[in-house]
Amino acid sequence: MNESIAVRMDGITKRFGSVIANDRVSMDIRYSEILSILGENGSGKTTLMNMLAGIYYPDEGFLYVNGKEVTITSPHDAFELGIGMIHQHFKLIDVFTAAENIILGMKGEKRTYNIDEVNQKVKEICDRYGFDIDPKMKVYEMSVAQKQTLEIVKILYRGANILILDEPTAVLTPQETEKLFNILRQMRKDGKAIVLITHKLNEVLELSDRVTILRKGQYITTIPTPVANEQILTEAMVGEKVTLDIERPDPVNPQKRLSVKHLTVVNQERIKALDDVSFDVYSGEILGVAGISGCGQKELLEAIAGLQNIESGGSVEYYDKDGNTKELVGVSPREIRNYGVHLSFVPEDRLGMGLVGSMGMTENMMLKDYDKGRSPFLNRSESSKLADEIKSELDVVTPSIDTPVRKLSGGNVQKVLVGREIAAEPAILMTAYAVRGLDINKSYTIYNLLNEQKKKGVAVIYVGEDLDVLMALSDRILVLCAGHVNGVLDARTASKEEIGLRMTNLVKEEA
Amino acid sequence: MKKNQFEKPHDSIKEPLVHIIKREDVPAWEAWGIRIVAVVLGMMVCALFIQGITDLNPFKVFGSMFNGALGSSSRIWQTLKDMALLLCISLGLAPSFKMRFWNVGAEGQILIGGLVSAALMIRFGNSMPSGILLMIMAGVSILAGAIWGLIPAYFKSRYNTNETLFTLMMNYVALQLVEFFVDIWDKKQSHSVGVINSSTKGGWMPYLFKQQFFLMVLIVAVLTIGMYFYLKQSKQGYEIAVVGESENTARYAGINVAKVIRRTVAISAGICGFAGFLEVSSVSHTISSLTAGGRGFTAIIVAWLGKFNPFAMTLISALLTFMSRGANQIASDFNFNKHASSILTGIILFFILGSEFFINYKLVFRKHGKEAA
Amino acid sequence: MTLTTFIAWICAAITFGTIIMFGSVGEILTEKSGNLNLGVPGIMYLGAIASLAGAFFYENGNPAPVPWVGAFISLVCALVASLLGGLIYSFLTVTLRANQNVTGLTLTIFGGGVANFFGGSLVKLSGGVGQISVGTTSSAVRAQIPFLSTALGPISTLLFSYGFLAYLAVVIALIAHWVLNKTRVGLNLRAVGENPATADAAGINVTKYKYVTTCIGAMIEGLGGMYYVMDYVKGTWDAGGGLEALGWLAVALVIFTSWKPKNAIWGAYLFGFCYWIYLYIPSSLSAALAKMLGAANVTHMQNLYRMIPYIVTIIVLIIVSKRKRRENQNPASLGISYFREER
Repeated sequence: MNESIAVRMDGITKRFGSVIANDRVSMDIRYSEILSILGENGSGKTTLMNMLAGIYYPDEGFLYVNGKEVTITSPHDAFELGIGMIHQHFKLIDVFTAAENIILGMKGEKRTYNIDEVNQKVKEICDRYGFDIDPKMKVYEMSVAQKQTLEIVKILYRGANILILDEPTAVLTPQETEKLFNILRQMRKDGKAIVLITHKLNEVLELSDRVTILRKGQYITTIPTPVANEQILTEAMVGEKVTLDIERPDPVNPQKRLSVKHLTVVNQERIKALDDVSFDVYSGEILGVAGISGCGQKELLEAIAGLQNIESGGSVEYYDKDGNTKELVGVSPREIRNYGVHLSFVPEDRLGMGLVGSMGMTENMMLKDYDKGRSPFLNRSESSKLADEIKSELDVVTPSIDTPVRKLSGGNVQKVLVGREIAAEPAILMTAYAVRGLDINKSYTIYNLLNEQKKKGVAVIYVGEDLDVLMALSDRILVLCAGHVNGVLDARTASKEEIGLRMTNLVKEEA
Repeated sequence: MKKNQFEKPHDSIKEPLVHIIKREDVPAWEAWGIRIVAVVLGMMVCALFIQGITDLNPFKVFGSMFNGALGSSSRIWQTLKDMALLLCISLGLAPSFKMRFWNVGAEGQILIGGLVSAALMIRFGNSMPSGILLMIMAGVSILAGAIWGLIPAYFKSRYNTNETLFTLMMNYVALQLVEFFVDIWDKKQSHSVGVINSSTKGGWMPYLFKQQFFLMVLIVAVLTIGMYFYLKQSKQGYEIAVVGESENTARYAGINVAKVIRRTVAISAGICGFAGFLEVSSVSHTISSLTAGGRGFTAIIVAWLGKFNPFAMTLISALLTFMSRGANQIASDFNFNKHASSILTGIILFFILGSEFFINYKLVFRKHGKEAA
Repeated sequence: MTLTTFIAWICAAITFGTIIMFGSVGEILTEKSGNLNLGVPGIMYLGAIASLAGAFFYENGNPAPVPWVGAFISLVCALVASLLGGLIYSFLTVTLRANQNVTGLTLTIFGGGVANFFGGSLVKLSGGVGQISVGTTSSAVRAQIPFLSTALGPISTLLFSYGFLAYLAVVIALIAHWVLNKTRVGLNLRAVGENPATADAAGINVTKYKYVTTCIGAMIEGLGGMYYVMDYVKGTWDAGGGLEALGWLAVALVIFTSWKPKNAIWGAYLFGFCYWIYLYIPSSLSAALAKMLGAANVTHMQNLYRMIPYIVTIIVLIIVSKRKRRENQNPASLGISYFREER
């Protein structure tokens, strides 16, 4: 087997302003090997690999590819060296076909291109590795898994021998993940060097030959996978021992808070994003919502919050503590508030929906109640008091409460948003991907906050992507599949495999 | 594999000398320092240009410009008048641009405001007390401008119709409307209305302290302060900022986006209509296709460069007005046409636009690490 | 309406349409690279004045100017001047990442200033008196194809009675269409305008594409300016600002064509048709309308008819926005500067 060194990085440093993203990192990548780069969010994994792919340029240090020192100043240089990277956010052109995306940026003998030849060659690659891609399909018609497959085909088409995949499984179902892993193993057999950027320990252990661990921008160690286990990896990754257990108190005196019936939402592409969705939510419980991304989670929460057009026949009934009901369909967010319904919502898109990026904490605090009172002018004093409280209680790191929240780190942005929504003393709290982009410690801060709300009798709806967390945190799990409710399971007894299956295959509910 | 796998760097290795990094939190004094340097550099290029066509030495050029813009009391008032008009229009544009509604239709809104003002002057100038007439003219011009803006705003909020082109096309519709009425009102077949009510001065803005433009400048000064508080402190100003940042956030906050778009554009276009009233009632006392005179476009630049802060916008309109009046002086000294001022304005603006880069980014020269042994 | 009048109308429409076809094809290319250049009127102005000045100095310095030499000099000057306009825009928006809207508007102010200043002062600056006029060069630019332009009667008038630039405009539009849809360069260019980060990751030099396309686009726009002075107003200077309005119409036409150069051909002619409609509306109708609106003179109605192309544009704009098709939308990153390391 050819185990020669494909890439050597030597003392690579990269800074963004005052932040050091990578601090003198040195490491090797070998052919015929799958290398995992493990680290928490913000540990500099992606930045490091971006320098190999020509997206960023290192401030200091040397890169060697196939034994020669190289300078990679652009993705084009990377291609020339046989390096291809699949980014977490797909680099595809929506209005192009698969084949057009594949030949994008490639030089040919002729100025023109023959799309039939491209289609043929794409098919050959697909046959070899077992991909299922229609070269003539437009990207905007593709599912997430198809887009990812297209990305892989794209770099293989360019003859890449060194493949970097940035958290490829974040958007895949367990079944799709398994398929991807088989493909990667096949490529390893073909002699390719494969780098897997991830923060999931089970993937590391299952797939890779060696693990390189980064922490806070620094290289920690490289361990051969056979001698690694979860405990060793976690310690290296986090630096100190952390408990992996998430608290799950039993619901106390659950009462029906929300009853969703026959909810159907049609999106802009005229596709049913939600199809006849019905379920109940109780006080004092956390209802987890599982599903592969884009299966209606966003629309579900937005529909309850009054931000979606709901097809006729749907109903969202709110039950207050005395059992009185109010219909929320066809009512704007402001009217819902005026009804006295305390509905808090932490949306997925924090800076694009939940907060105003260019404003400071103070002005963001008043986002939902700036219109209180009769004066035509804003009342800032209460907001700045609240901002100060949240800053000190949740340890928000910001130069001042008037610094634009866009400049804060992801974790701090989330604290500001969650802090505001909890401060509104909700009866129902909806969160979408509340810990996305947060490191382990900050994630636990959020889990604890949710559990506190649960203990106070709040009905919590938690949309998440990490099945392990969903299963540890929730009381019940609602599985969405292509806009349908595909079962509501007891989180204490359900198996991960069952949830995974229900995420992909519609199960006929027994009546 | 050979033992020495890692060869020394080749001499031929290309290495970017410099790369660009985003800067955060540039102190205000430094930002303004950079802008001032840009303006000075722009002025130097302008001086070279003027020297090239006039053989004046650069110092004399600026002397002449200074003289033209601020050389006498009447010239100062002329400059103040131009500045007030430009600022008034930019103040109008600021709310809609802050909301990211690209209103390039100020020209048309000014014309329509001016047109209805002129119509009222012609119709009621000799039969109505001037004070009442002025109030009506102001009110109707605001209304007319607002309606002119509401048409594209309605389609924007309803179908997301591209407002840049819509408002642009509305300019030409307004222009043709003005030409139509000029021809109708013109009794001498001269394609001009002439000075309206030159004897009775009906609908003319009164002189204060013997100054034709005092009242107008005062009104715009008040408007500047008012707009500052409207944008910074009012609930409506807050809504504008939220909608401009993200419509999704606005909907999340319970803001009726369509309503805010329409209201804001109505206010914005209304102020532009009012600027048309000022031009007709206080300055020219006539209406023509030249009433707007390109200020609607220059005002966009003022609003943008001032980052929608009315006081910064005041500074920028002062600078641009100074340049254009100064250039006009040189043009008239040397018997050139007035377009020289557009050239100078363009040059200065290019430099200011370019300078923003040095405020937002910095260049980093690569320190090559020590040679690997 | 007689056939002759109708043909005259169409010929006028084609002449007019040629100006904005240059402008809009140039701008389509520019926008395909993600640059929204509102400096089209300014660039057309630059092309116009440079072609005029080049021809003027040639004709002035030569006792017996050769027409085609004048036309060639004029062409080169127009291309160089508009290239400079494109370079200013690209340098500010691509290299220095200035706001595209403001930069474009400034370029329009600047170009208009340069053109009108020299258009009005060129003769004086060179020590002469009177108006600028370059009849010799203009005649060469306007020269019709011998024989063909008369041989077939009305059909010849319809098809062959234009100067070479009118045909060049169509050829450029067709080439632009071919490049965008059939070549690798075109594919890459469309990608840059759709999603520069993706194009960059695919190894496409985004900066180079933006620069080159914007500059080529500007040169095509500059030809529109040259056609305006040399053909449309026959080698003189029009101080009335007519070219600026045409520049804006060219920008509007871009949306009208849904960013497809092929559509710019008929779109431009249709605009021209609408533009001249005011001369061809039956006088009886005008009289009736004039009476209704209280206009003393029937010719006053022409002011209102001149709104038609703008109103048609508005209506098309609304219809297009009502039914959205993914393929007919603007390039997704239009108007946004790209910075690879932005995060």
